[in-house]
Amino acid sequence: MTDTSQQGGGPAAPARKHGETLMKLTARTKRRNAAERRFQAYGIAAIGVGLLMLVILVVNIFGNGMGAFTQTFITLDVHLDQSKLDKKGNRDLEDIKKVSTFGYAPLINRAFETKAADLDLKSGLKPKAMADLLSKSAAAQLRDYVLADPARIGQTVSFRFLANSRVDGYMKGRVSRESIANDKNISAAQLDLVDELIAEGTVRRTFNPAFIFGADASDQRPEAAGIGVSMLGSLFMMVVVLALALPIGVAASIYLEEFAAKNWLTDIIEVNISNLAAVPSIVFGILGLAVFINYMHLPMSAPLVGGLVLTLMTLPTIIISTRASLKSVPPSIRDAALGVGASKMQAVFHHVLPLAAPGILTGTIIGLAQALGETAPLLLIGMVGFIASNAPDGVAAGLMSPNSAMPAQIYEWAKRADPAFYERAWGGIIILLVFLITMNTLAVILRRRFERRW
Amino acid sequence: MYDTAKTESALDQTETKISARNVQVYYGDTHAIKDVNVEIEDKTVTAFIGPSGCGKSTFLRCLNRMNDTIDICRVTGDILLDGEDIYDPKVDPVQLRAKVGMVFQKPNPFPKSIYDNIAYGPRIHGLARNKAELDEIVEKSLRRGAIWDEVKDRLDAPGTGLSGGQQQRLCIARAIATEPEVLLMDEPCSALDPIATAQVEELIDELRQSYSVVIVTHSMQQAARVSQKTAFFHLGHLVEYGETGQIFTNPEDPRTESYITGRIG
Ligand SMILES: Nc1ncnc2c1ncn2[C@@H]1O[C@H](COP(=O)(O)OP(=O)(O)OP(=O)(O)O)[C@@H](O)[C@H]1O
Ligand SMILES: [Mg+2]
Repeated sequence: MTDTSQQGGGPAAPARKHGETLMKLTARTKRRNAAERRFQAYGIAAIGVGLLMLVILVVNIFGNGMGAFTQTFITLDVHLDQSKLDKKGNRDLEDIKKVSTFGYAPLINRAFETKAADLDLKSGLKPKAMADLLSKSAAAQLRDYVLADPARIGQTVSFRFLANSRVDGYMKGRVSRESIANDKNISAAQLDLVDELIAEGTVRRTFNPAFIFGADASDQRPEAAGIGVSMLGSLFMMVVVLALALPIGVAASIYLEEFAAKNWLTDIIEVNISNLAAVPSIVFGILGLAVFINYMHLPMSAPLVGGLVLTLMTLPTIIISTRASLKSVPPSIRDAALGVGASKMQAVFHHVLPLAAPGILTGTIIGLAQALGETAPLLLIGMVGFIASNAPDGVAAGLMSPNSAMPAQIYEWAKRADPAFYERAWGGIIILLVFLITMNTLAVILRRRFERRW
Repeated sequence: MYDTAKTESALDQTETKISARNVQVYYGDTHAIKDVNVEIEDKTVTAFIGPSGCGKSTFLRCLNRMNDTIDICRVTGDILLDGEDIYDPKVDPVQLRAKVGMVFQKPNPFPKSIYDNIAYGPRIHGLARNKAELDEIVEKSLRRGAIWDEVKDRLDAPGTGLSGGQQQRLCIARAIATEPEVLLMDEPCSALDPIATAQVEELIDELRQSYSVVIVTHSMQQAARVSQKTAFFHLGHLVEYGETGQIFTNPEDPRTESYITGRIG
């Protein structure tokens, strides 16, 4: 390439002079450098906007949701009156069970009365009104406690009751004296009592493991609601997804990538798999409803069905990432194995698959994380809106008995009217995010750890 | 270092190891090998020379059916190994490749330990009954590959951590660990320095005692040094095949002559 040939095309390009100093930038270089700096500035601005959004999101989520992890409790000395709970006095469990929660309410009222007398409170509230500070499940809580060990009847025990959601809200700043003007669930007099009890140490706000491990509660008792059972629902779904999607996806990818002849049929399959990955998840939901529930008669709302639907959704993700990581294994490794007389399958399983494994695992974990956060398909198979009140006992029950899932539970809470549930929805999101971040971090660590050079 | 005179001794009675008849190779519509007939002798080093793209690698890969892995590749004609057609439907290419080993142009050790690189072939073919025998095979192969002294203290280190030349010798050691009858080498020295090249050439000369070796090379000097027979390929044709000395000193075909003297290529 000579100077003359370069100048032929362009209009009046300045001739490159030999012997020019390097110490001075030419106009062209300056323009190029400016363009580069501009581009870098755009990039930094874009990253800045992204980070800002992330910070806003995180601050918002934690600001709104952290409250769900603590709960207000009221500790009272309750006398478990034998004349009320076990009239015959022979501690027969069957007889004691006959006493309903109504039988326990007077004990709680009495406990408040005693408390008020001890502290010389002059609130003038009736014991019933004082007991209203407790959760609606307080009597049931006490009954469960007695049934667990009937020998306690006759004793006076110190018992920690859940406070109702207004008291809890008052402690967390959600409820104020102004905001209760139209609230018939709590009065200013009751809040005065709460203030006195706080000062005295009876009302306390502490960490609440029941939110993480407990079951959801009815509309009336947000203070008792927990995400634990739907977490189990999610867990069982993930087990199904992992057990089905990983082997099926990996087997399909290996076949397509390493064994299948490249012809129009495999092309069609390839296109369809890519399309499947782009299908909206709700379509998989309606497919699951039609096939698994209406046709195969699997139970509604069961994590098994949810898992099957999510498997369909996750399969394309796993297949695509597995094929990509199989493709990235250099062909020379296959040649090497075949060259020493390995069969195709030996070459794949001894050499290619181990090298592709980190990529496959990463893809699988990301697929699982997607499935974990998926809500739409669960709408159609009845996992949204269902409230499981007990943790399933055993694996079979975990798979077959109706349950919810974490994102479905969050959606359910966000839908309810009471602002106390709103806080729980944010809390649920924190837990879900912790799971997702853990999984994605695991994926990154795996990728880093097993990354190979060749 | 090696004179052609030495290599011409003790080759009175030669047997044909591989014979190719009317071999044609197509990549889709490209006709890469055109009607090649050749008899490759046992206990002989045969060199394939020719300009880039003339089909040396393609023909070499036909000899152990590595071309089977390329979907669009089609081979016709007969290739006989010890009189048996290797493209016969009854022949399993896996079994064939255990007999006909291959060293590739680019060193391609497995990303495993040096030990496992060598032990892999013997393991899958069941050549060792116990660990001691396997150790012995590994050591013997590494010694023959002229790399034992460099790696004997780090057999557990990854084979990919070796230098390019060491990797290539490792690959040669790996290929001979399975005791093949024929060894195909596609430009084995293209990544090696003169010292390593000399070692590999020495190794090739030694392998000739027990194997039939086919080597593709772009170095005329190398072909002249190590081979007894030379085949010159041009545009998919086998132009000339004969004694190495004859080809280099007195070629029959003008194309051969111009290639050797550096006018085409
Ligand atoms: N996988 C393939 N697909 C299609 N065409 C191929 C393939 N491999 C080789 N060819 C063609 O076959 C012809 C011969 O190639 P080959 O690799 O055998 O040449 P070569 O003699 O080994 O060259 P070099 O000395 O550069 O290695 C070339 O024209 C090449 O383009
Ligand atoms: Mg080649």
